[in-house]
Amino acid sequence: MNSALSAALSVGFHGLAFAMVLYLISVGLSVTMGMMGFINLAHGVFAMAGGYVMTGLINDHGAPFAVAATAAAVAVALASIPVERLLYRRLYGGDELDQVLLTMGLVFMSGAAAHYLRGPVQQPLRLPHSLGGGVELGFGEFSLYDSLLIVCGALLATALWLGLERSRFGAQIRAAVDNLRMAQSVGIDTSRLFSLTFALGSGLAGLGGGLGSNLITIAPGYALDNLVYFLIVVAIGGLGSIRGPFVAAMLIGVADSACDYLVPQFGAFFIYAMTMALLLWRPRGLFGRA
Amino acid sequence: MLAKVRGLASALLYAVALAAAPTPASAQTVRIGVINSYSGFVAQIADEMQKGIDLYVKDHEKDLPPGVKVELIRRDDTSKPDVGKRVAQELIARDNVQLLTGVILSPVAAAVAPLTAEAKIPFVITNAAGVAIPRLSPYVVRVSFTLWQESDPIGKWAAQQGWKTAYTAVSDFIPGHDSEAAFIKGFTDGGGKIIGSVRFPPDNPDFTPFIQRVRDAKPDVAFLWVPAGPQATAIMKAAQELGLRQAGIHITSTQDLLPDEELPNIGDAALGLVTSGTYSVAAQRPANLAFLAAWKAAYGAKAIPDFASVDGYDGMAMIFDMIEATKGKFTADQAMVFFKNWKDPNSPRGPIMIDPETRDIVQNIYIRKVEKLGGKLANVEIATIPMVKDPWKALHPAK
Repeated sequence: MNSALSAALSVGFHGLAFAMVLYLISVGLSVTMGMMGFINLAHGVFAMAGGYVMTGLINDHGAPFAVAATAAAVAVALASIPVERLLYRRLYGGDELDQVLLTMGLVFMSGAAAHYLRGPVQQPLRLPHSLGGGVELGFGEFSLYDSLLIVCGALLATALWLGLERSRFGAQIRAAVDNLRMAQSVGIDTSRLFSLTFALGSGLAGLGGGLGSNLITIAPGYALDNLVYFLIVVAIGGLGSIRGPFVAAMLIGVADSACDYLVPQFGAFFIYAMTMALLLWRPRGLFGRA
Repeated sequence: MLAKVRGLASALLYAVALAAAPTPASAQTVRIGVINSYSGFVAQIADEMQKGIDLYVKDHEKDLPPGVKVELIRRDDTSKPDVGKRVAQELIARDNVQLLTGVILSPVAAAVAPLTAEAKIPFVITNAAGVAIPRLSPYVVRVSFTLWQESDPIGKWAAQQGWKTAYTAVSDFIPGHDSEAAFIKGFTDGGGKIIGSVRFPPDNPDFTPFIQRVRDAKPDVAFLWVPAGPQATAIMKAAQELGLRQAGIHITSTQDLLPDEELPNIGDAALGLVTSGTYSVAAQRPANLAFLAAWKAAYGAKAIPDFASVDGYDGMAMIFDMIEATKGKFTADQAMVFFKNWKDPNSPRGPIMIDPETRDIVQNIYIRKVEKLGGKLANVEIATIPMVKDPWKALHPAK
């Protein structure tokens, strides 16, 4: 097989895996920012927390991979509920600068807490032997773990889409994103809806942070270091949708891998250039509401 | 009345100020500033180095001359040169240290070195490997290693294996650049040809696209360099996932690719790989066995030392030797004269000495191969190149 094509396939495959991680982490941010109008710069904290829970369970307690991943998602989702109720709720509809200050404060506090509890060293994800190594297909060598990430991401994306389109809860979310006041006046308990959506988004972020620990390292600086990436995905995708971050994550993930392969000397330059170009063309994001 | 109150108040203030003022060091307390990257992408190797430093101090405090104490003041450079420079300034000006030591990252060492020239403070570098750093100040002495010392020999060794083409993939900062240049020199001197080079961001966790580039170029050998620590495991995993060795591409590097504490995590993917290095846990010399015993006693059976630990240990050994020789009273210049002529025939690494002309370390470079010893992976020393001076300085004499 043509080696350029096989290289493209391999890089594209890896880019897809990275895209899935970005998607899982960012989809919650997109929905809550679109629904609550709340600038949550601390979203990375939930991804980081999921990463620490998952790596902690696997590395220190030898937990099975699936158990650790589920535990990460559930633990972060549950932990996010009091955070939303006690802190975020106070600033809904409030001044955006206040929201930025609150969430940036959370980012710094979480970094210090992580440093105190788990030390400054990066937490690697020790995969079981069954998940390491590559898969040799006729036209190239593909990482088994990348395959797992792509399958998981695709399944979750489908589940989210079906849930949003077909379930009552999904209908309520779509209503609240479209027009909050109307949703309230037809009797939707938006306060409970916010909590549940926030928990779901944070749980997904925790899962993404855990599954992606080897692509985005878990270290105390995580929430701040990667904030720009998550915001780029949300900005390009458009607020309030689950389709937007999916497409945006694909674009960013594959572009990042391709740039590392083709023009490594330019670093992330092309990602930022692409972001600027896309936002100039579509200021509200690809799928944002006008 | 008012004047009396004022007088009493100022007397009280004066007394409080005296009581609160920092006690000047007793004439025989040697204050040493330890600058380390406790946070950041090299935190793991920083921890290894700190453990080595602390172990020597703990075990040899009693050997100091009577009345002489050593006080270590630790500061975190957070892996950033500007922070490193600031903490060095504080250590010199506010904490009145007589010596500086430590520093993992070459960019940080390069920022701190000029300060030592200005303030006349000896700086014992126990890791940062950038070749030109001792030239930045006459008060810098290094006990660790340079990447030229290690990468030039492994380049020559690779060419001797009959491998004709090589691809280099290194971390994009000073030690990566040094190792790349040195390997290229060694390999091309041996008759080989470099068919490509790539550099990746220093704290990059994701190596797959870069390894894919290497695989597509199909060299006989790939020289992969990352800072020792979790990145070593990450790049080896990427190499394993993409089947680099199965594709017939040999892998080589310096000891940073297969640090002793990460070998268990890298696993069998490392078997048979040959690297060059200054220290391996598997070495059987008596000084190393004694070091390992002391390490296990202090840190437990699960803790694995690596070359950074031994470099920290040897750095403190040199400092302690100087303190003992001068009975704790020394000027910066006296200390530097001692350091320049220091040797230790019995370090855990083997014989080491400082080259008085360059103030850099001279030591054995070992060619090591990963084999299984007693069921565990180990870097087994298979050849020794004795007392290697830093080749870069010979090729680029100081003006």
